[in-house]
Amino acid sequence: MPHKIKIRKGLNIPIKGKAEKFLNKSQYEGSLFALRPTDFPSFTPKSLFKEGDKVKAGEAIFFNKNKPSIKLSSPVSGTLKSIIRGERRKILEFVIEPEANQQYLKFETGNLNELSREKVIELLLESGIWPFIRQRPYDVIANPEDMPKAIFVSAFDSSPLAPDYDFILNGQEKDFQTGIDALKKLTEGPIHLTVNGAYRTNKVFSAIKGVELNTITGPHPAGNVGIQIHHIDPINKGEIVWHINPQDILIIGRLFNHGIFDASKIIALTGSEIKKPQYYKAKVGVSIEYMLRDNINSSENLRYISGNVLSGIQIVSDGFLGFYHNQVSVIPEGDDYEFLGWILPGLKKFSVSRSFFSWLMPGKEFKMNANLHGGKRPFVFTEEYDKVLPMDILPVHLLKSVMIEDIDQMEALGIYEVGEDDFALCEFVCTSKIPVQETLRKGFDLMIKETS
Amino acid sequence: MKLIRKQFDKIKPSFEKGGKLQAFRSMFDAIETLFFVPNTTTKSGVHIRDSKDSKRLMMIVVIAMIPALLFGMWNTGVQHFLSLGESVDIMTAFWYGFLKILPIIVVSYGVGLGIEIIIAQMRGHEVKEGFFVTGMLIPLIVPVGVPLWMVAVATAFAVIIGVEAFGGAGMNIMNPALTARAFLFFAYPSHMSGDAVWIAEKADGFSGATPLAEAAAGHTANLPSVMEMFMGNIPGSIGETSTIAILIGAFILIYTGVGSWKIMASTVVGALVMAYIFNALAPADNAFMQLPGYYHLIMGGFAFGAVFMATDPVSAAQTSKGKYIYGFLIGFIAVLIRVLNPAYPEGMMLAILLMNVFAPLIDHYVVQANIKRRLKRASVKA
Repeated sequence: MPHKIKIRKGLNIPIKGKAEKFLNKSQYEGSLFALRPTDFPSFTPKSLFKEGDKVKAGEAIFFNKNKPSIKLSSPVSGTLKSIIRGERRKILEFVIEPEANQQYLKFETGNLNELSREKVIELLLESGIWPFIRQRPYDVIANPEDMPKAIFVSAFDSSPLAPDYDFILNGQEKDFQTGIDALKKLTEGPIHLTVNGAYRTNKVFSAIKGVELNTITGPHPAGNVGIQIHHIDPINKGEIVWHINPQDILIIGRLFNHGIFDASKIIALTGSEIKKPQYYKAKVGVSIEYMLRDNINSSENLRYISGNVLSGIQIVSDGFLGFYHNQVSVIPEGDDYEFLGWILPGLKKFSVSRSFFSWLMPGKEFKMNANLHGGKRPFVFTEEYDKVLPMDILPVHLLKSVMIEDIDQMEALGIYEVGEDDFALCEFVCTSKIPVQETLRKGFDLMIKETS
Repeated sequence: MKLIRKQFDKIKPSFEKGGKLQAFRSMFDAIETLFFVPNTTTKSGVHIRDSKDSKRLMMIVVIAMIPALLFGMWNTGVQHFLSLGESVDIMTAFWYGFLKILPIIVVSYGVGLGIEIIIAQMRGHEVKEGFFVTGMLIPLIVPVGVPLWMVAVATAFAVIIGVEAFGGAGMNIMNPALTARAFLFFAYPSHMSGDAVWIAEKADGFSGATPLAEAAAGHTANLPSVMEMFMGNIPGSIGETSTIAILIGAFILIYTGVGSWKIMASTVVGALVMAYIFNALAPADNAFMQLPGYYHLIMGGFAFGAVFMATDPVSAAQTSKGKYIYGFLIGFIAVLIRVLNPAYPEGMMLAILLMNVFAPLIDHYVVQANIKRRLKRASVKA
């Protein structure tokens, strides 16, 4: 039975810099690539190559020490240029310099319809595509030994300046269907594909076979898979669901259609500091430098973000696209002092409260920077989080149970159901400037450590 | 603006660790952040943050109290000259009240912020701005005749015992301003109740009783008209008398989203319910019990308490449902105390303090209900 969900809680942040639906011609050929083990929480990387070794596209370059079957493959063929390490020799980046003639490792996939579940899993693991599939609880790479009760796919992204998957997936119906067919092999339960009920469903999604097509309407975080899971088939203790992004389903589809790991993506370049925010051809792990060339309209200090402004990660101007990201955002860093900011009318400052006079201008899009806009405080103002979290969960109480490391209470208050991105809006609206997502991840780490 | 910034940057190093003036770091910090929002940027999690911060929201509360404050200044003058039998123009009355009230505000802020800065320095914290609000609340809930040293002692008590003993703003259990008032009330009852304290330099012959005192004594015939009590030119604590000025504040709080309308509304409902229960049960000779419910909303500190005290987010219930219960019980108990307890005509202060203590318990049950819902969901499926 398809679900029709309506949510009212949430917030669409009116930030400037939405990408125009136009595919820019810039090519990434010649750019460096990198995979970041830090994109994967609870993952200890072990390298399979040394600096200077040759790798092919689809060839595994590192794996999880604690779970060796989970491997990450190079998105391109070329030379492993460097392995960059941080404090205590923690591996931060595997940088790959691509060669002119791209060579793909070939996988014998055979006929998908005849493959067993085990064979599909094995192919996904060998090709390094498996890590695209993540699980709830804890939002980590799915464990191939688990049997999920369902697989969830959100067909749209509602976060600020998010890319439009309808536009991106246009013309790739075949790969998408193959990807879904492969996913169907992985679960005995349904595949929930949830589209935005606010507008007509794109035929890429409406024509797809083998899924339950649900709709959800409402403000962000309606497009978050965690919110959809909560309303469609919530996770109870001991249950596991998997989820995956639509563009990553294409990558699975291409594996079974062409036998290669083709990590191509289309991503949106967004943000107020971009001259022409548009869509770009990219690949997992590509350096974003080629998109930014002559495309920055500011001389301020800038913040480059792989992902969206709520849950993306900070990178540098020639940094690399994250494994799960379909968007790059560039905003001002905002590292300057603001005179009497706590009392001036604030016509240019957005707030969910009407404590700035910017509410006089509904519909205005704001240029927002990365300033914290105040000092950190204990929890003081209440019910701020509840208004932007469309779940039957008490966010502040859950966070407090994480802060005091009370595992029973974390479990009772619903830690299995939530992901960091679901709480990102809570963090945005927080008057006390509490690091909500970081706290939540600490809770996940603790749960993983204590329950495994 | 750039000049001021330059000055700050110039003297900043001497306040930092190892600098000559290290002992005054918290004070420097407090003053600097008053002039400039710091340049810190997001390090983890979201990259953009809502523009509001706790300073901003605290200032909104202070701004919301200004109508009540201005009215209180004017009313202080009006009541004074009325007791003398003189009639004066608005400015004379206001100026008289201004001169009476300003010292109370100065003492309240001076003592409170002084202690906050010292404690922040001792603990290596930033100075929290919670006292912006408390420092304004205290003058508004005392009688105008209160001696300044009492204000100082009560403020110190509220900050040290009421707030800092619990770990600072955000950790306290009871509303600090009410803690100060309760301290005064029990330590110096003669200065906080009776008929003599509400009017500054009152002429002896003039009654000066507050409407609540009149009602508690059963003299409902002596009550001012409903309109007078709603407008607020009656004797009472400085900021509490004018319901209309308080309503302007309530509008600001609710419209900006800073104050909880849930608490305000449920407090009013609670009071009305209790009052109408009394009406139904009232014996023929008990005039106070027969008083219509809406009188309670405009007499004494009810309106002020419901709008500015009960809504203090730290000491109130924090869950959505909890807020309704919390507010309802405040209104209910406030009227109960008013009508049945002859010793304290003002039940609002005690009702709020009582519910402050019970707020965590209310929240506990709301949280347990959430947990049970989640467990039930699992067992239904299994």
